[in-house]
Amino acid sequence: MNPAQDTGRQETAAPAIELRGISKAFGPVQANKDISIRVMPGTIHGIIGENGAGKSTLMSILYGFYKADAGEIIIHGRPTQIPDSQAAIRAGIGMVFQHFKLVQNFTVLENIILGVEEGALLRPSLSKARDSLKHLAEEYELDVDPDARIEELSVGHQQRVEILKALYRQADILILDEPTGVLTPAEADHLFRILDNLRAQGKTIILITHKLREIMEITDTVSVMRRGEMTATVKTAETSPEQLAELMVGRKVLLHVPKGPANPGATVLEIENLRVVDQDKVERIKGIGLTIRAGEILGIAGVSGNGQSELLQVLGGYCRATGSVKINGQEIDLTGKHSDGQSRRARGIAHVPEDRHHHGLVLDFAAWENMIFGYHNAPEYQKNALVMDNAGIVEKTEGAMERFDVRPPIPGLPAKSFSGGNQQKIVLAREIERNPDLLLVGQPTRGVDIGAIEFIHKRIVELRDAGKAVLLVSVELDEILSLSDRIAVMFDGRIMGERLPAETNERELGLMMAGVTGSGEAA
Amino acid sequence: MDYATLLQVLDSTLRLATPLLLACLAGLFSERAGIFDIGLEGKMLIAGMASGAAAALSGSVWIGLMAGIGASMMLAAIHGVASITFRGNQLISGVALNFVASGATVLIAQSLFSQGGRTPPLSGAARFNPIELPFTEAIKSVPFIGPFYADVLSGHSALVYAALLAVPVTWWVLYRTRFGLRLRAVGENPESVDTAGVSVIRLRYTAVAITGLLCGLAGAYMATGLQAGFGREMTAGRGYIALAALIFAKWRPWYALWATLLFGFLQALALRPDVIERSFGVAIPVPALDALPYILTVIVLAGFVGRAIPPRAGGQPYVKER
Amino acid sequence: MDKLPRWADVVLVPLISLLMAAAISALVILAIGGDPVEAVKVMVTGALGSAYGWGYTLYYATSFIFTGLAVSVAYHAGQFNIGGEGQAQIGGLGVALVCLALPWPHWTIALPAAMIGAGLFGAAWAAIPAYLAAKRGSHIVITTIMFNYIASALIVYLLVEVLRPAGQMDPATARFPAGAKLPTFGEIPGLSLFFSKNVPANVTFFVALAACWGVWLLLWRTRLGYQIRAYGKSEPAALYAGISPTRMIMVSMLISGGLAGMMAINNVMGEAERLLQNSAEGAGFIGIAVALMGRNHPIGVFLAALLFGFLYQGGAEMGLWTTIPIELRLLLQGLVILFTGALDNMVRMMLGIFFRAKAKGAA
Repeated sequence: MNPAQDTGRQETAAPAIELRGISKAFGPVQANKDISIRVMPGTIHGIIGENGAGKSTLMSILYGFYKADAGEIIIHGRPTQIPDSQAAIRAGIGMVFQHFKLVQNFTVLENIILGVEEGALLRPSLSKARDSLKHLAEEYELDVDPDARIEELSVGHQQRVEILKALYRQADILILDEPTGVLTPAEADHLFRILDNLRAQGKTIILITHKLREIMEITDTVSVMRRGEMTATVKTAETSPEQLAELMVGRKVLLHVPKGPANPGATVLEIENLRVVDQDKVERIKGIGLTIRAGEILGIAGVSGNGQSELLQVLGGYCRATGSVKINGQEIDLTGKHSDGQSRRARGIAHVPEDRHHHGLVLDFAAWENMIFGYHNAPEYQKNALVMDNAGIVEKTEGAMERFDVRPPIPGLPAKSFSGGNQQKIVLAREIERNPDLLLVGQPTRGVDIGAIEFIHKRIVELRDAGKAVLLVSVELDEILSLSDRIAVMFDGRIMGERLPAETNERELGLMMAGVTGSGEAA
Repeated sequence: MDYATLLQVLDSTLRLATPLLLACLAGLFSERAGIFDIGLEGKMLIAGMASGAAAALSGSVWIGLMAGIGASMMLAAIHGVASITFRGNQLISGVALNFVASGATVLIAQSLFSQGGRTPPLSGAARFNPIELPFTEAIKSVPFIGPFYADVLSGHSALVYAALLAVPVTWWVLYRTRFGLRLRAVGENPESVDTAGVSVIRLRYTAVAITGLLCGLAGAYMATGLQAGFGREMTAGRGYIALAALIFAKWRPWYALWATLLFGFLQALALRPDVIERSFGVAIPVPALDALPYILTVIVLAGFVGRAIPPRAGGQPYVKER
Repeated sequence: MDKLPRWADVVLVPLISLLMAAAISALVILAIGGDPVEAVKVMVTGALGSAYGWGYTLYYATSFIFTGLAVSVAYHAGQFNIGGEGQAQIGGLGVALVCLALPWPHWTIALPAAMIGAGLFGAAWAAIPAYLAAKRGSHIVITTIMFNYIASALIVYLLVEVLRPAGQMDPATARFPAGAKLPTFGEIPGLSLFFSKNVPANVTFFVALAACWGVWLLLWRTRLGYQIRAYGKSEPAALYAGISPTRMIMVSMLISGGLAGMMAINNVMGEAERLLQNSAEGAGFIGIAVALMGRNHPIGVFLAALLFGFLYQGGAEMGLWTTIPIELRLLLQGLVILFTGALDNMVRMMLGIFFRAKAKGAA
């Protein structure tokens, strides 16, 4: 917050943590290349970079999960070996992972003492933890019910448990890996207040993120990583989001996809009063209505976990629902009794799912086998009534790989051997080339390199221009704003409202995503 | 069924439930730590052979017991190496070790004793002999309770009482100690344990070793307590019944006791077709009674269990992220 | 873990696993006072040294092809069917009922009918565990094991109480009619020049070969096979694609059970010519080893079945002519399953070290 104060400290105190020349390779992939940073005590240091830039690897080295191939770690002026997590904890490092490391059916207290129990019996440890939890809660706005089971807590509270775990272990260097990815804006704000508090108490914090806004908002200094290398370290006060973005990707980001105005035609998708209740009887979608017309892209904005995934799955045919969904004026079955992914495809719905590793691809299948996945019953892929036309499919795959610039263009290669962007192109090629009436797209550019993002966005716009309807779900507001012709915001299973991209901004959408309506009232 | 017959059946229920209970608790430790083990059967079998052989050769049941535990723990160690260190398929490892045990027991018993793969009959100090519980004589005359105490509870071998004692001990270890907390955590989310700086591998090996120990007791009881010597395939699927009991018990120690007592009761009934005929008025063919525990297990697996949620990390080898 | 060349993964891993299993077995033989070299000699002579030995080796291999294919098909759908033993026994019941139902005029008519009986009964026995797995989430490994025990109890009951002809002492069905007798290799023109009349290997061997081809065609050339494999690799992806998990579990298990059941035309119809207790004699379990060793591919299964045919016949000879008990086969079988199915990563790691050293040496 106060750079002047930091510079003052820099002369007197040693850095809380210093990395010198850290390198780490996984096989041929150089995840970290000669990385050096210094973080002064009582500051928040941001590390920003795209997915796959090597941020998480670096932090895993710091936490003793991986051993660096080369380099030094110096903590409070002392060179320190961190062979395992225990050593990291001893060195005063606490880590809040992106995916929480909590035992779901344990209580908060049990999770907190796990690994730092006092003696062989649990009882003394539990009561000691209960006491210090009370203190920590008062000190840092970190209140959670110590006896609640983790599975009963909201994501924001679970994250607090992770922070409490680190503090209970006397951590004075706290690393947070993409902490806001799963939070609503309100929860994120609360988190930042906590971090602010921690800084005020002299804790050192390393914040890993790919969100520029967060870096600008809370950090004192920031390092940028790109392709395993540290490209710059600057004072936050002396930089701008544009400069950081450029450092991150190495060239100007294409923030706005070139696209002409939409020419919406007939209504393709009509959703009324759609409800989804999951296995645990929790209502995930609470009666929503949407329409999409031919030749337009409807973007669904929202923090993940607010019903968007279920919406895609209902339309894709593998999640049950009640209500009414019409495609080209015809009702489709939502009970799952007379419909599945196959019948949806027959109705002209194509689906690029949110999670290509689990849904969109069979990772062990070759690219050519994946290229017909979901359409394997189509007549053009059959040789005769009995067997499939494998040779013909391979040939068609070669063509599709060329058109979608999939690299390497080898149909026999298993899907798992392609990079994220190329995997996504395989899925996209398969779905778009079926020429669907409605394309469902979930998180089209998650884990995809920047070059492929541009390509993927262009293809989606092309499909719209060909007069098709597109339903786009993304947690990236930038993506929603630049691609959509209309934007609907989902929160807690409801549609909070619709906006036109030209008439709204990130701030307004962010409020709606947090459940606050346009007029400022809570929903 | 009159009271005396009932007591007889209950008495043999306790005997027959003992190996099931020990094996079930054995499986509980392993599965709670996230390691599936369908090799309980093989471990019991090899422990039965080892204890039968060692007891016959040494004349001491205690040496037999040690040998049984040692043999069972050896198989447990192989299972550990396959499923923990080399992240192999835990189910296949279990199946394989069951075959190894089937083959090895007969090979060794045959080469030692040349009695068709059996060990010689045991007697005296080479067997676990019945222990009379205190006050048996005094209470015996009390109506109803007295005969129950004297005929059902009293007069079993030390391992029966050890098995019963193992239930509260297991509960206490699991829910009241640091080791238990970590063990349960490693079966639910090994990452939570790993990031807390505790070795997943060491915890899981410890759990597998306890499984070996308890299966050793179960097998030793089969050969030196329940029967007087080892015979080929003498466990006859008990390892699998114990596994079913474990599912039935939702991986909890006290439930494990009730589940194994139930299955033990069924086995006891199968030994007394006359009792069933007298009680129910129909003759049930012996093969049907033999199959009953297995049929019941299937029914249990098909949903009588309710929502039994197995340990979340069960069966999956632990690989650090990436 | 080190990446191995594909050929090494397919060929070397199973071979080295086998060698390690054999080495341990040799140590066990030494430990119990036998002579491993002598044992191998007896096995080779007994199984491969004569037309008689080959007749048995191929007979066993035929059974193992069926059970190995059964495990493989289920495996590709992500199901571990270890109920092949029970399914083969119940398949035997189907064969017996078909063969005893009519006075069959000629084997060419009886064989297809018996195949249908065997396949249907085997499939039916797999159907219940499959249904419970698909609909109730029961663990298929445990239920199929239970069904093995239930099958043997059922067969014992039926043989003792129902199917045993009056006046017969041993629990078995009546002998099948002469028209249901399958020609052995000694009775097939051409082969009879080599094989004598009393070898058990019979025409079923050719049915097994056809089954290998059929399974290959099914898995890698048909839509159904494509869907089975897709489901086996990823259930969420299958749901996305509109492939029904219930259907895949049912279909793959029915085919698997059918194949295991078909084994019965080899042993029940081709050899015993009546149904006996424990007719499958462990062949269902050997199918697990065969499938793992054969990497779940029909060609691999065929080769592994030949190998186990040799081990089975050789082991029997060894039990006859040496002091080493026949149960060595079980030990060896367990070790092969262990090394190929559970310690495969260890084998790969060892090979990886070797390959890296070689690469260094070359550079």
